[in-house]
Amino acid sequence: MGKTIKYGYYPGCSLETTAKEYNLSIEVTAKLLDVELVELEDWSCCGASSGHSTNYELSLALPARNLAIAEKAKLNNVAVACAACFLRFKQTNHDLKANDELRNKVEKLIDMPYSGNVEVKHLVDIFANEVGLDEIKKRVRKPLKGLKLAAYYGCYLVRPPEITNFDDPENPQMIDNLLSAIGAEPVEYTHKVECCGGSLLLARMDIVVKLATDICKAATDAGAVGIVTACPLCMANLDTRQSGTHVPILHFSELLGLALGAEKKEYDVWLKRHINSPIGILKAQNLI
Amino acid sequence: MTTQLVTNKGKEKCDPSFAKEVMDKSHAHLERCYQCVACSSGCPSAYQMDYPPHQLLRMVQLGLKDRVLNSNTFWICLSCETCATRCPNNVEIVLVMDQLREMALKENRKDSTHLPLFHNTFLSMVKFGGKTYELGLIMFYMVKSGDLFKIKELPSLIKLGINMFTRGKLAILPPHIKGQANIKRIFELSEKTG
Repeated sequence: MGKTIKYGYYPGCSLETTAKEYNLSIEVTAKLLDVELVELEDWSCCGASSGHSTNYELSLALPARNLAIAEKAKLNNVAVACAACFLRFKQTNHDLKANDELRNKVEKLIDMPYSGNVEVKHLVDIFANEVGLDEIKKRVRKPLKGLKLAAYYGCYLVRPPEITNFDDPENPQMIDNLLSAIGAEPVEYTHKVECCGGSLLLARMDIVVKLATDICKAATDAGAVGIVTACPLCMANLDTRQSGTHVPILHFSELLGLALGAEKKEYDVWLKRHINSPIGILKAQNLI
Repeated sequence: MTTQLVTNKGKEKCDPSFAKEVMDKSHAHLERCYQCVACSSGCPSAYQMDYPPHQLLRMVQLGLKDRVLNSNTFWICLSCETCATRCPNNVEIVLVMDQLREMALKENRKDSTHLPLFHNTFLSMVKFGGKTYELGLIMFYMVKSGDLFKIKELPSLIKLGINMFTRGKLAILPPHIKGQANIKRIFELSEKTG
């Protein structure tokens, strides 16, 4: 690898509140892998599902504001932590590049120029493919031996595939490969790209409970002791809405950090913030 | 142009221009749907929809505007993109759902799901704070929808609330960004044009 990889960084709203531990573990993991993340100045919400569900132009303008800030700061590559923000950003670039008239309109809305050309990547992709699995393997200090985990991708990392351009939409492997690289055992299971219930979390809790519980059961049926996410919203729905099960849900960056040598005082903070505590499954393998 | 169509619900008003309007505004290739049902088979929330996705698409093709816009289907739709990814004819179904949501909102259609209230509350938090404000969103939504007063669900809600608070997962103060005025302007302009 050698040189440091540098990215503009868009954490997204949840990483300041419900998923603070995701942000903290990303910072530590990035540092351990020599990835420099420069947080975008004064970033704002991407609009999420509520944006595209109600107003198309708004759903482009909100992400475009952040991408324009990156472009102005000459950060032509942006790393995103949340799968929902990731798709909103990719969709915005896709639509703006295809239609100059629309791009001009959005530039007027945000009162900033934006070309549509800032490259957007999810951190899973950056760690797995730019840092590389071999490099990660070399740097592992504490292999997560004996830990059987279900890699969960959900919707917006992999769908729609022509926009996200991430991995196979039905049977993606990128998170599985990261888990193997740090010594854990990813399991094959049926629900890796099923939806967690997304934005129905408040209005139709019943649907979210069913979907989250189905995913948790599928994972444990396949022998997993925990589920690994790469999105703060999937994490929130799975961790808070599973019913009758107590499956720990972990951010992929927490496991990377743990394996790559994060300090106890660092990972203690992350692990205490989960509703279904992952401390038991990690202690069982003498990993913490 | 409005005509009548005899369906299993009796005689229904049918507006052929509706299909064209949905197609023009969503840029989705609705005419390519041949009812293979791949979309509905993989849809995780179809079991709660008035009409599963393939039926809704047919109803749009037939111009059954009222029945389409009064249904809960596009609000229950999770936009998870499973349907569009598996569609053998590349019908951009999620774009159709987004378009139907926008049309239903513009026409002030009645809805049974509270999803418009959720989206509206979410976006108004962003409009005034620049970022999502979870605590405000939960409280406003719960009060306005009446969900806070559902006694049966209250104990589990309180338990979850306490769990979230004690783990520091809910910020008490609303967020604030420097570019607040810029965000407000984006909202005001797109509310006018969009």
